[in-house]
Amino acid sequence: MTVDDEEVRHVASLARVDLDDEEVERFTEQFGDILEYFEALEEVPEVDREAELANVMRPDEVEEGLTQEEALQNAPETEDGYFKGPKVS
Amino acid sequence: MSHNAFITEATVDPTDSGPLDGVTVAVKDNISTEGVRTTCGSAMLEEYVPPYDATVVRRLKEAGATVVGKANMDEFGMGTTTETSAFGATENPAAEGRVPGGSSGGSAAAVAAGEADVALGSDTGGSVRCPAAFCGVVGIKPTYGLVSRYGLVAYANSLEQIGPLAPTVEDAAELLDVVAGPDPKDATTRDEGADSDYAAAADRDVDGLTVGVPTELVEGADEGVVEVFEDALDDLRAQGATTEEVSLPSVETAVQAYYVIAMSEASSNLARFDGVRYGPATDSEGNWNEAFAAVREEGFGEEVKRRILLGTYALSAGYHDKYYKQAQDARAWVKQDFDSAFEDVDVLASPTMPVPPFERGESLEDPLQMYLADANTVPVNLANLPAISVPAGETDEGPVGLQFVGPAFDEETIIRAGSALE
Repeated sequence: MTVDDEEVRHVASLARVDLDDEEVERFTEQFGDILEYFEALEEVPEVDREAELANVMRPDEVEEGLTQEEALQNAPETEDGYFKGPKVS
Repeated sequence: MSHNAFITEATVDPTDSGPLDGVTVAVKDNISTEGVRTTCGSAMLEEYVPPYDATVVRRLKEAGATVVGKANMDEFGMGTTTETSAFGATENPAAEGRVPGGSSGGSAAAVAAGEADVALGSDTGGSVRCPAAFCGVVGIKPTYGLVSRYGLVAYANSLEQIGPLAPTVEDAAELLDVVAGPDPKDATTRDEGADSDYAAAADRDVDGLTVGVPTELVEGADEGVVEVFEDALDDLRAQGATTEEVSLPSVETAVQAYYVIAMSEASSNLARFDGVRYGPATDSEGNWNEAFAAVREEGFGEEVKRRILLGTYALSAGYHDKYYKQAQDARAWVKQDFDSAFEDVDVLASPTMPVPPFERGESLEDPLQMYLADANTVPVNLANLPAISVPAGETDEGPVGLQFVGPAFDEETIIRAGSALE
């Protein structure tokens, strides 16, 4: 499995993580080895999965939650009781 | 506090009186504590102060415990050495110059150095058992669903459980008694453990117990580790247990399956760190996507970025079937292998870690080498089973832990087996 720096940059943009050139170079080298190691999964036989799954629901009742002040207390920027984020486009 | 076991020292008083009266507890810094900052070992959360307690923290306070600090950890739980913390590496008090193991290294070091009586860690692929083994203390990874994850900052939800670390098996079991049991705030919790008395199971009675030894988990281990392990098995046999070799062929692909699943879940879970509701402010003038990417470049360390990117890759179009789907097949295979082993034996035993504690800095340059060290612990998380690591002895390079794995919700048996080695 080989990975080139363009692929690393593409995945980083999908994941919304900026990388500097050194990181791109290092990750390109490491990802080849790591993904090659993951190839061993090709050898896994087919297994019947018999997981018993059940939805777990509780009554939808109003409970006390965080106050607006508490919910906002860790935000770097707020305005008029709202989170303030960067522009969308 | 010379070992850098704590990111934040604090005194959180109990709210009630109970079985942990007078007991001091170190809490891993990815478990939310109301009013005390919770960083996950990351610059991303350097200033984050949760407005609520995790369920386990509430239960500690109600049981009489005093929280003495938030323990150092690999950033977001991603590491096997507690060297990737944004707040500096932790040193192993039981093997100085070496790492304490990870990712709950601060929790284990605090207990080993006597800076807390007991500690809570979290175990996604061995993060309680590895540092317990390297620091010469006891660590328990509970069955998935036994302990509430409400208030635990998520890394890989389908794998992780909060678990106790302590100097003795009985102390660890007592702490587990306090935190175990169903929680309406976490729908993955189960009723087992509601009225548990795991501490009573630490009675050292292994007469008649059948211990299976998976050959695959011993073969690759370091020679000194195997010697200590074999001596511990002799000790168990002398106490009336019988041992037999078993084979778990699926564990040969468990590390690969674990990392594909954990990285995939991490890439999704860590999407919440966008710098809007919490996180560092940046002066990016860009649009939402650009600002998002800039804050993550600044806030995340290298191992976290590596796993987010590899997880994004594994889930991306064209690769989902190749990596993620196959990893889920491998996970089902591991579970099936364990189920059939437990038809013949009561518990499984192996070295917790195939190697003694690493020297500091040794594994940081080669992530794949670090991932391989998790070979003996990750199968347990894939199969959602309980496991305990107990000190088994020492090599010249530091402590060696022995791991017992039990059937789901059979914490009593692994606690009993572990207590027999003390």
